[in-house]
Amino acid sequence: MIIAEQKPLKEIIKNLEGHRKILVAGCRSCVAICLAGGEKEVGIIAESLRLYSDMHDHLWEVDEITVERQCEKEWVKEIKKIVEGKDAILSMACGVGAQVMQEIYPDIRVVPGLNTSNMGAPEEQGIWREKCAGCGDCVLHLTGGICPIARCSKSLLNGPCGGSQNGRCEVNPETTPCAWDQIYHSLKRLGKLELMEQIIPPKNWITSHSGGPRRIVKQEAILTAEEKAAKGGLE
Amino acid sequence: MKAGSNLEKVLEAGHFAVTVEIGPPKSANPESVRHHARMLKGYADAFNLTDNQTAIVRLSSLASAVICLQEGVEPVMQMTCRDRNRIALQSDLLGASALGIKNVLCLTGDHQTFGNEKGAKNVYDIDSIQELLIFKKMRDEKKICGGEELEEAPKVFLGAAENPFADPFEFRVTRLAKKVNAGADFIQTQAIYDMERFEKWMEGVRERGLDKKVHILAGVIPLKSVGAARYMKNKVSGMIVPDSIIDRMRKAKDPKAEGVKICIEQIEYLKTVKGVHGVHIMAIAWEEIVPEIVKQAGLYPRPSV
Ligand code: SF4
Ligand code: SF4
Repeated sequence: MIIAEQKPLKEIIKNLEGHRKILVAGCRSCVAICLAGGEKEVGIIAESLRLYSDMHDHLWEVDEITVERQCEKEWVKEIKKIVEGKDAILSMACGVGAQVMQEIYPDIRVVPGLNTSNMGAPEEQGIWREKCAGCGDCVLHLTGGICPIARCSKSLLNGPCGGSQNGRCEVNPETTPCAWDQIYHSLKRLGKLELMEQIIPPKNWITSHSGGPRRIVKQEAILTAEEKAAKGGLE
Repeated sequence: MKAGSNLEKVLEAGHFAVTVEIGPPKSANPESVRHHARMLKGYADAFNLTDNQTAIVRLSSLASAVICLQEGVEPVMQMTCRDRNRIALQSDLLGASALGIKNVLCLTGDHQTFGNEKGAKNVYDIDSIQELLIFKKMRDEKKICGGEELEEAPKVFLGAAENPFADPFEFRVTRLAKKVNAGADFIQTQAIYDMERFEKWMEGVRERGLDKKVHILAGVIPLKSVGAARYMKNKVSGMIVPDSIIDRMRKAKDPKAEGVKICIEQIEYLKTVKGVHGVHIMAIAWEEIVPEIVKQAGLYPRPSV
């Protein structure tokens, strides 16, 4: 899932200066799970903004709503009635959700309430760790199911650097395991250590962001003009 | 001969080689590199110019290597993957070769968070093993990484670093094998204080016959003080400094002299280790001491080949 954390309230307030009718819009997906932008967080932020407005005579009108998924047009379109008349939306979704919100409501300013960080998973309650950098050409089959691109500080492909010690990464030994130490032990457990002997050639990064913004097309899923028209009529 | 560098000739002739590190300054002034090159001339077969070591912005290794050439000493240019993608690395290699640089050391590079530009965007497009692959392909096949033909190939003797003290220990010999297979002609190791572990690593190296395929130059760092020893033990990742060394430094009346003594003992010992073909002296910010060490270790004068 996508991991994000809230921007400091101070920054949010600064970014909202000059607006009056504000909608705080949360998302029930990833950012709710990582406790950054779900219903509960939306409630807290909205209340904080109201208090701040009262204390500073800002006369802000703060509404709140949380949608199922802010990254999908259909869900975002459903809140049209609430959005109307607002002059700013504080999006408490990830950067994707905030952008979809802006696309659907192009005339209303969308301000991000979160800093989107990475694609990761919960490690234990309250701790999330990055797992994938979306390189577009997965090598997990070569690395014991542990991603060297996202989890090695140097994105190395051929084994640990000289700074790997006691299973920790030299960059942040207290908090970060050395991905290549983990890969080594995983491959050993799996009886696949010979994979560590193979030289992995330079990676083709064209499938990553280095190739520009990416787009995936699934031809059979695209609606024909006719189907689109029929669907439009039902909306 | 792959490049015909002095270092290559010394090693191929079977001499015990000496290389010495020169740290470029945090400055646009070339004088310190010039000074060190003049002062150290004759005391080593080639001189490493570090590439923004520990991610600190310094006079570039390419420029420093050229300054060495002007002073008539042979450089080993270090090139890290931290700061350049494969386009820049290949371009700099062509440039270096055109300027007369014949030894290149391929390194992954210390992470930028250790240096004075912590907020830098790093590159790490390729790793040091892939860098070796690419440079070897350029030299031996006259082709760039992407496959296009070069009009003229760079002539370089290719080096890499290896750290016998990093983990997982069992993998360190395999990692060396990968570097040799990728194209390393010589290897410079991390500074060695833990001789036992080094010996164990060398055993593995010999078992796989790697000492026959690559020239191993064992790294040494002369210690200046007990503080420096402790710092390396505690703060430098991938380094092991045994307590016996720290003790010796602590008890010494003249720590600098003791540091030199330890270093010479280490070199004397390394000379006897089968498969070690030379030493690499890293006298970090203490280059002045190198002539004394080289002389006392019985490695002066250097052979002319
Ligand atoms: S190799 Fe690429 S796609 Fe696979 S987990 Fe790592 S970053 Fe993600
Ligand atoms: S210590 Fe391990 S995780 Fe950290 S940069 Fe080196 S190889 Fe990568």
